[in-house]
Amino acid sequence: MKLANQTLKYFSVSVLVVIALWSTVFYLFMLEAIHDNIDEELENQKRLIIQELTEDETVSPDLEFGINNYKVREITEQQALNMKNVYKDTMLYMQDDDDPEPELEPVRMLTTAFVHKGHYYELSIINSMIEESDLIKNLFYSVLILFVLLVISIVSINRVVIQRLWSPLYRFLEQLARFRLGKTADKPAMDTKIQEFKDLQLAVATLIHHNEEIYEQQKQFIGNASHELQTPLAIMINKLEMLAETQGLQPEQSEILADLLHTAERLVRLNKSLLLLTKIENKQFFDNEEISINGLVGHVVEELEDMAAFKRVEIRVEQQSQLSARLDAALANIIVANLLRNALFHNIEGGYVHITLTDKLLQVANTGGQPPLDVDKVFSRFYKSDAAARGTGLGLAIVQAICNLYGFGLSYRHEQQQHIFTVVFYPA
Amino acid sequence: MKILVIEDEVELRETLKASLTKEDYVVETASDFYTALDKVLVYDYDCILLDVMLPGGSGLQVLEQLKKEGKSDNVIIISAKDSLDDKLNGLELGADDYLTKPFHIAELNARIKAVLRRKQRDGKETLEMGNIVLDLYERNLLIAGEAVPLNRKEFDILHYFLLNKNRLVSKSALAEHVWGDNTDQADNLDFIYSQIKNLRKKFLAKQADVDFETVYGVGYKLVKK
Repeated sequence: MKLANQTLKYFSVSVLVVIALWSTVFYLFMLEAIHDNIDEELENQKRLIIQELTEDETVSPDLEFGINNYKVREITEQQALNMKNVYKDTMLYMQDDDDPEPELEPVRMLTTAFVHKGHYYELSIINSMIEESDLIKNLFYSVLILFVLLVISIVSINRVVIQRLWSPLYRFLEQLARFRLGKTADKPAMDTKIQEFKDLQLAVATLIHHNEEIYEQQKQFIGNASHELQTPLAIMINKLEMLAETQGLQPEQSEILADLLHTAERLVRLNKSLLLLTKIENKQFFDNEEISINGLVGHVVEELEDMAAFKRVEIRVEQQSQLSARLDAALANIIVANLLRNALFHNIEGGYVHITLTDKLLQVANTGGQPPLDVDKVFSRFYKSDAAARGTGLGLAIVQAICNLYGFGLSYRHEQQQHIFTVVFYPA
Repeated sequence: MKILVIEDEVELRETLKASLTKEDYVVETASDFYTALDKVLVYDYDCILLDVMLPGGSGLQVLEQLKKEGKSDNVIIISAKDSLDDKLNGLELGADDYLTKPFHIAELNARIKAVLRRKQRDGKETLEMGNIVLDLYERNLLIAGEAVPLNRKEFDILHYFLLNKNRLVSKSALAEHVWGDNTDQADNLDFIYSQIKNLRKKFLAKQADVDFETVYGVGYKLVKK
């Protein structure tokens, strides 16, 4: 939920509660004031009526409320003495202009007693009252209008406030969303005088700085660690080679040595691949030149010919067009060699590798026994589709790192029993 | 032939010394910047193996001094750094070759011989062993004086073995050298066997007195029968 809507939600709920409370209290006060007013009026009428009635010798009883809005009846002394002025709300049938027949309407009635020449009389005076339901209805509508007006003004004030005050934050958020560690040169910044935003900016800057340091250290660490491993690995390999050369080795001993040597060589490959990845990510390749991908494919295919013949895998090259791209020669070679070798190694006897070159892309399709690879993971480091594979699990990760560096599009799909890798050399 | 190995890592230095001694070179060693500088300025070597990172200074400074003195010793840089800049720097300073650690012994032998041959300038462009002669210029093979046709890969393989006479050439060293295997894939190198088999057939047909000796699982040696 957006800040504006959230603010609106809280404001409108609290305004609603306040207005509801206020209108209840207001209603009760109103009612009280109206009663007081009517009661005073009744009191006044009482005096006037009694004055008028007592002008004559005798008071003639008037038992129905007529035009005079009062009735009088004679009572005993005892009854009279027990009476007090009583105000009460009651209902009477009355007919207004707009009523087709008499309806019950609320009235205020004062019942009192008076004495005239030794006779006691009871006097009831009525005064019509505002209908409470009408009052409530009217009050409700006015309160509703007030509420709507308040909400509208809150919304508009909010909009202005957010546009004016919060806009630096929104711009800052956009920059943050685009920010990539180690890739975005400019740190997110905002031009603001608001202390909280300044604090936020400072906190974010500190966080980014800290992360960049860690990122750098991590990159350097991988580079340094791989680098430091080179010499011990060199010692290992060279000593094993010297040992393998000694005369009189039994075949079993020689096999063990071979295994050791292959393991050491695997370490070397792993190490070199990590170094290469670090270099690509550190952008240490900037020797870009125009490379003919067709030429490169031809060269790599020639290198792989013997291996392909041995594995009985046919390599077909379909050159629909000449394809060239601007990049580092060594990296171009790695893209092509890694994809082609991959296609060859994860193949089946009697299978094929089909290479297609158009003016924009290089596509390598191969038959293979494996089920489709996980599209989300195929380019991840150390992803291996089958545990027996002797690769480092970095080949495709390296290809992806290079493609990322140059903005080339790299994708994988599985179609008609073929694994298909595509490199689009020109960003769309 | 005199070779100086400048390398601070004792194990690697000794291994290289042992291997080079097998090739009948006279081998001397230096383990730090100042010893190295002393030796290269005082003595003449046919080839110097130069590590870049040395205690006391950079191997590249040794190279600079050497060239300043007008000495023409062959220099092969052996470095743990595989960066194009370093490579270009080294070659610009006058190094003859650049080898990245770790390397195969067979590859080092091949590089040393290539460097030595380049400097001999006696016009002799052949490698010989027993009754076989490989002409590097004409790119052909003579067995007992008779020409034997070789395809490009076979030529490259035999060339590599002739630079490593009587030495073990591991399958991976051969694959890297001939088939440019420098990716991260641990290849199945069995296909090399069929290549060796083809060469063997040609040797047998022409009664060559050399043969490939198998070192089980590891590789082959070219030896005299």
